[in-house]
Parts: sequence; C-alpha cells; structure tokens
Amino acid sequence: MGTDPTPTGLTRPTRAPGGIGVSTLRPDGTLKVTGEFAYSSDMWHEDMLWGQILRSPVAHAEIVSLDVSEALALPGVHAVLTYDDLPTAVRHYGLEIQDTPVLAHGRVRHHGEPVAAVAADHPETARRAAAKIKVEYRELPVVTDEDSATAPGAPVLHPDRADHHSHRVPHPNIVHRQPIVRGDADAAARRADAVVRGEYVFGMQDQAFLGPESGLAVPAEDGGVDLYIATQWLHNDRAQIAPVLGLPEDKVRMTLAGVGGAFGGREDLSMQIHACLLALRTGRPVKIVYNRFESFFGHVHRHPAKLHYEHGATRDGKLTHVRCRIVLDGGAYASSSPAVVGNASSLSVGPYVVDHVDIEALALYTNNPPCGAMRGFGAVQACFAYEAQMDKLAAELGLDPVEFRRLNAMEQGSRLPTGQIVDAPAPVAELLRRVKARPMPPERQWETTEGADIRQLPGGLSNTTHGEDVVRGVGYAVGIKNVGFSEGFDDYSTAKVRLESAGGEAVAVVHTAMAEVGQGGVTVHAQIARTELGVDQVTIHPADTQVGSAGSTSASRQTYMTGGAVRNACALVRERALELGRRRFGSHHPAWATAELRLEDGHVVTEAGEVLASLADVLDDEVIEEEREWRHRPTRSLDPRTGQGDGHLQYSFAAHRAVVEVDTGLGLVKVVELACAQDVGKALNPLSVIGQIQGGTVQGLGIAVMEEIVVDPVTAKVRNPSFTDYLIPTILDTPSLPVDMLELPDANAPYGLRGVGEAPTLSATPAVLAAIRAATGLELNRTPVRPEHLTGTG
Amino acid sequence: MRVTFTVNGRTRTADDVWEGESLLHVLRERLGLPGSKNACEQGECGSCTVRLDDVPVCSCLVAAGQAEGRDVVTVEGLAEHARHRAAERGRERDVPDTDRPEPATGGPRTAGADTLAPVQRAFVDAGAVQCGFCTPGLLVAADDLLARCPDPSDADIREALSGNLCRCTGYEKIMDAVRLAAARQEGS
Ligand code: FES
Ligand code: FES
Repeated sequence: MGTDPTPTGLTRPTRAPGGIGVSTLRPDGTLKVTGEFAYSSDMWHEDMLWGQILRSPVAHAEIVSLDVSEALALPGVHAVLTYDDLPTAVRHYGLEIQDTPVLAHGRVRHHGEPVAAVAADHPETARRAAAKIKVEYRELPVVTDEDSATAPGAPVLHPDRADHHSHRVPHPNIVHRQPIVRGDADAAARRADAVVRGEYVFGMQDQAFLGPESGLAVPAEDGGVDLYIATQWLHNDRAQIAPVLGLPEDKVRMTLAGVGGAFGGREDLSMQIHACLLALRTGRPVKIVYNRFESFFGHVHRHPAKLHYEHGATRDGKLTHVRCRIVLDGGAYASSSPAVVGNASSLSVGPYVVDHVDIEALALYTNNPPCGAMRGFGAVQACFAYEAQMDKLAAELGLDPVEFRRLNAMEQGSRLPTGQIVDAPAPVAELLRRVKARPMPPERQWETTEGADIRQLPGGLSNTTHGEDVVRGVGYAVGIKNVGFSEGFDDYSTAKVRLESAGGEAVAVVHTAMAEVGQGGVTVHAQIARTELGVDQVTIHPADTQVGSAGSTSASRQTYMTGGAVRNACALVRERALELGRRRFGSHHPAWATAELRLEDGHVVTEAGEVLASLADVLDDEVIEEEREWRHRPTRSLDPRTGQGDGHLQYSFAAHRAVVEVDTGLGLVKVVELACAQDVGKALNPLSVIGQIQGGTVQGLGIAVMEEIVVDPVTAKVRNPSFTDYLIPTILDTPSLPVDMLELPDANAPYGLRGVGEAPTLSATPAVLAAIRAATGLELNRTPVRPEHLTGTG
Repeated sequence: MRVTFTVNGRTRTADDVWEGESLLHVLRERLGLPGSKNACEQGECGSCTVRLDDVPVCSCLVAAGQAEGRDVVTVEGLAEHARHRAAERGRERDVPDTDRPEPATGGPRTAGADTLAPVQRAFVDAGAVQCGFCTPGLLVAADDLLARCPDPSDADIREALSGNLCRCTGYEKIMDAVRLAAARQEGS
C-alpha cells in the first residue's frame, strides 16, 4: 500500500453479470477471497497516527478530576482530548435523542463509556498513554432494572432530557412508552375457555460482527476532513459528526470503507467523531481500530427484555385476547430505543388475528450498556414470548401447536393490533405447513457402525457423552417483522445512474451512498441496472457522500429503497436514451415514433422484438446521467394513547422448524436441523437471499442456546467482553439449514420484493426453545438456555 | 528489533518491531499485507489464520519474533501456494498440471478468476462470501484441510473449520464451498 488512503478495493470498478432473479455472483467476491478488499481496519496512510479511547471502568460515577498531563508528556503522543477540548457547544450526539456525550462530561453512565481520546505514533504508545490518564471517580448508585430505575429517589440519568417523547413517559428514567389498546380485552377474557400467562426473560445479545469498529480520518487542506469508515448510513453519521467538529457538512467527506458485517451495530456512531477530532487537532491522518474487548463496549447491543403475557382462547382454538407488557432495557443512552419500543408494541402479538388487545411496551434508561439496533429490532424479543405462549395455550387446549397457530394465522386483509390492514400476501399458515411437511432428519444420526461419532452429539468434540441420555425434540415458530422505517419517518434513498458508450459498447455506472455491509446490495444494484437498461457492463461506484443519502442499511430496507431508487433513475435514463434515439434515427424507421421500445442486450428493440439501433450508436459520445430520490408510501405515527395508526410499510414472514437433541444428564443441546420457510416476495438474487436467511437463522440459534452479554446486577459491569466468554455459534454448533423460499409479490414494492434479512432471526429462537421444551418437558422461559436450566441445577 | 522471514515466497524484513508485536500486526501494518484479518486478536475467531512452516496458526497469537527465519503463507499467497502444491502432486503422479479439463461439478463460475486457488474460487462460486471478513482465515484453514484430506466428510469439514467464526453466512454456504472445492479437486 502506498500513500493513497483510498485503497484498491474501494476504487476498482466492480462488475456484475446477470439481471434480476438470477444468482449473480458478488462483484467484490474475488477481491475478498484474495485479501485485496480493503476493510476499514485496513486503511493506511504514510504518516498516520493511531487513536485510542480511554473508557470508564465503572458504570455510574461522578468524574471528580481528570489529569492528562502525564499522558501528554509521553514521547510519541500527539494529542489527548477530553470533554473540555471539544471545539463547539455541540458535544452530544444520538440517532433519535442527542443524549450521548462525545466524551464524558462530569459523569459516566455506563461501564466502558469514552472519557478521553489519545493520538500517538504507535498503537502501543497510544494504549500506554491512555493508561497514564488520571481519572478520579466518585461512584454513584446504579439503576439496572425497572424497579431500581423508577423507585422513589432513584438517580435520574438524564435530568435535562427535552425530547418529544418526554411528555409520554411516567418517569424520566423511561425513554419511551407505547400502549396499544384495541377492542375490549377484559370482556374478551371472560369469554375465554383457556387462559395462559407467562413471564419471559430475554438476554442481551451482541451483533458480534467480525470486522472491528475502525476507520481513518484524514485532515484536508480546506480545513475539512475525509473519513474512510465502516458504517450503515454515511449521511446520518455525517449529520451527527459535522456539528460536533464545527464544520459545515460539505467539509466532512465520507467514503465507505469495507464493512465486516453490521447487523445494526454500526447504526450508532462509535469512533467516527474521535478520529476526526484527533485528525483535526494533530493535522495528521488518524486511524482507530477497536480490539474485540473494546468493540463490546463500542457499540449498542440488542435490548434485553422482561415480557409478561396473557393469552386466551376459546375451546375451538380461536384467540380471544392478548394482554402483554414488554419492558426493554435501553441502557445509559437512548440510541434507537423509541423506535424499538414502537416495533415491540405493534408486533407484540405476532402474525395472528386477535381483536382484543391491551399492550404496553417501554424502554428504560439504566446504567447497563446502551442498547439499540440489532437484526429483528424489537420484534425478536416479542416473538420469543408470544410463540412460547402459543405453545402453552395449544397444550392447554389439547391442540397441535402448528394447527393452533394456523387457526389464528393472519392473512392478507387481516389487521394488526394498531388497526393497520395487512394489504399484501401474508402466507403465515402456508409457511407453517411447509416447514411441518418437510421430512424429518434421521434419528440418532450420530450412530455409526463403529459406535457414536461424538462430533455430532451434544457437547461435540468435548467427548462428554456417547449418547446415553440424549433425547430428541421438535419445535415450531413463526414471526412477523416490519420492513423499512416506520411511524412516519421520512424515509428516502437516492441513486445516480450514468449511461455512456465506451469502446463501442453501452456501459452504466450506478452511484449511491448505500452501505454494503455484506448483504449483497452491490450485486443487486448492478442486476437492476442490467435489467432496466439492457446493458452488460455495470460499474458500481464506491459509496460516498458525493451523492444524496441512501438511508440506512438496516430494517431490511435497502433493496426495497435504494433498489427502487436505482430502478427509477434507470427509467429516467432509459427515457432520455430513447429520446436521443428518436432524434438521431427517428426519421429512418417509423417504429421509433409509434412502438413501445425496450432496451435489451445493448440494443433498442420494439415490442415485437425488432432491433432498431445499438445503444452505443444511439449514445455516440453523449453521456446520460440522472439522479433520483425515491420515497415509499407514507406511514403514520401511532396514537400515543391507543397505539392506532398505519405505522408500517411492509411485513416479512418466516417460519422455522427446529429439531434438537438434548443430553438431559449434562444439560447440553445440539441443534440437529433448523429448517426455514420464508416469503421473499421476489428473489432478486436467490443465492444471496438464501445466504441472508441462513445467516439470520443462525443468529437466532445463537440467542437460543449461547449468546448473552452478562452484566453484573450489582455493579452493572460487563463480565464477558471477549470471544472467549461471549459465545457465537461455530460451524460445529450449526446444523444443516434447509430453506424453502416462497415468492408472493407485494404489489406496492419494487419488483414485488420483500425485505428478507431480519425475519429469520425472529422465529429461529422460539423454534429452538420449543424443541428443547419438547425434548425435556421443562418450561424454560429465559433465553439463552444454559446447562443449569436443563439439569435443574441453576 | 529487526525481524526477517519469508512471506509468500519472498524474504521480508521489518525494522523497529516492538517486542510485543504480533505476527499479524507486522504482516498488516508493516509489510502491507492486510489480507489476514484482525477480528479478535485473542485467538478465538481464526480470521488471522496463516500457515507458519506449513502449519495453520492464529497469527495474532504468534509474537513477530517467533517468525524469525521461518516461512509464512497468507491469503495473499494462497493461490501461488496451491499452484505449487498441485505441481508437486502433478510431478508425483507424472501428470502435467496445466490445461486440466474443468470438472463438470458446481454452479456458476467466476469470470476471470484463473489466478485463484481452487478453494478461493469455490468460495466465490458457492456464495460463501458475504461481508468476507472471516473469509481469508477460513480459506487458509479450508485449503489446509483439503491438502490433508481430499475427500472430507461433512463432520470432517465442520471439525476442521470449527476455529473460524463467521457471523454472516450461517456456514451452510461455506460447507457448500468446501464440498465444491473437494469435488473439483477430485475431478482434476
Ligand atoms: S484475530 Fe487471531 S484468532 Fe481472531
Ligand atoms: S462473511 Fe461476514 S463474517 Fe463471514
């Protein structure tokens, strides 16, 4: 690598053959398998410095004194910044509520909160310097759950909060609250023949993307800064960064560096502002790379939750009512908690028809780690609980759990608790039928002619069992997830498409600010351009802030939103190309004036298939370029008291069947198979759609049996910030993952597509839990399930 | 200190290396070879896997000084490494290693990817690469498996790759990729 901070992997044009509906291969695949693709942690500049953050060792404390002089005196150290060094009065940021300090101001509210930032000539020098910063903390009592946060005299974490949610909450330590009331749950409960209640606890999950938070900030001659960064939304990052730096947005230029996974964990800022501040202060490029330990402190997690549910049904299996209360722990800062609350409440009864509901969801401020976006976004926690309830109620009524679900399954035209009508296909019953109809994996697969293949047994290579106490169980679950941003958010995306002739061939360039985080947007955008413009060669321009916002790569929205923008920009380009053709060649052939013309295989073609001209000839040396912003149909915010309103854009449905084997003696679980059926509307790229479904499924498996950030209930400190102690599924923990893909088009969506990335994460978890319950007969109301829960020792 | 070792067939020297620096850091930050990835730097994820004297190791756990005078192959040198190995085998079997017919197995082929090792090509073709951060380490581990065990069972593949975390794929397509690479190897 040379002095050019823009590495080969970013600037090299990427090409993708194949139109929509085809399993086109990733244009960046070759770079990724050769090690040439430049991720944000690979950024390098000749005279760059290394940044390091000092973080709070305690969860809640007043900062009594802060002395950086020793750190600053260390040879090789170029800058040490604290809150007092911030250049403007804007010193907080946040996605919905600007309550997160760039560097702690007088007080820390969670373990790992950034207190100071250092730049030095070697990462080890920076670490040593950070260790030399003297901070005196006076510890304060912590609040860690609803009781401690709302008790009389509890410390108020954000006494000065002034946001549009504050009037809706009964206590200042509640970030947001959303009730939903529909029908008459009390009256309906009296009609129920069976009522079941349950308390459920959902642990704190981490996105655990593999590419650590990292990036390179390069100071520019105009006083601005260039930031090469792994993120989910370049423009929204910039909108939060620029005011803190005291720069106009156009002086903060951002380019997407290679992203090693995101899953919601890069929606909030991490090291962006710190790197820019250090670069502007030192006048040198500054690179920051978190290690894994720091990464666990550097991004928000999935909200842990306590959920209380009551379900009722008549003897013939129809749901009468649902009452529920969902308490999400938002941690020290708001992040996207308000939107998570909206999702948890509006999707709290799942893909079922219930006319009478009484729902309340809220998120707390506590001294636990901040929580925000993660794949499934508020719908995951609810799905875990309502699916457990559905099994419980089916058992109470003596009905088959799948049949019971199908009896109550939502379909096109059904209403959500918010009153919103589901106006696109909702094949809930069909998805359940499909996973149930699959042939079962053979029993006792671990038995071989020579005995047991321990690798396939619970406990695997640990050689804990030879199968003596192994029992099998099967479980089912289904879920509903909204696609895109909800509740009236002005969601849009922008795409710029250029068409020109090069070397006698028409070629297209697609420029958007979409963050490619591994989901395959770069492949799909090229497929769309090939389909719409009939050209073979499509180049995807690197994502940066030189083009309008694409919105976030989250909420399963990017193919819908930026894909839609690319399609519409292509349509404008096509019109202009045809107009050009008419001017150039219209006099030669009457079809130019009359026929519906298409672009196909590099030619202008009539509806009847007659070729009128080559696109390259039409273009000659003209360059056609169109930029188009695209919005989906509007949504509305939910009524603050009743929760009624058309809050969502689109829904995505997935069902799972889990087959597990449990060693009841040792409390170990092996998931044998986790099959998924999902409606994807239209698979623009079947290969990557299946990859998304399988990846989401395994994250759901992880929540079920192993993943949890453990926070000490007394000190609110994180106990396991490492891959040694925070376990994510390995290839040995992961079973075969058959996928059955339905394609029922949504008439409102581009190409009829449906966002796919999140839905499988919802139902995988309750399906695994249901299977473990079936195997063991235990109630199991908490996730992840640990050995002590299965052996009755914990 | 100064450290000299062979990387992907070339002798390389790094100066002013601090005693605590890992082989991973020297490769990435001093020798301009960022292909080996830094996902945990604590030996848990396998994304930094390289071959050290032909044995796959987590380069984040190897002190740079330990590599002195030894032979390192990273993902950047994997294709070359695989070609050498194929040539050796070819000589053993007295078969030229060029112009082999393509086996009929597998789905779509990557265009213009002749410079890739078979396992690299299989990862692209099978859709086993999403964000790709785990990919370099997985490739080094999978290539090692296929060198030792040309026709691995599914359980063999899972065992061999169990030290490499992937957060995106759910591993199914990684299984497909290794099976595909084995089948193509078989056919060659
Ligand atoms: S970076 Fe070396 S094992 Fe994770
Ligand atoms: S492809 Fe992203 S971690 Fe494996």
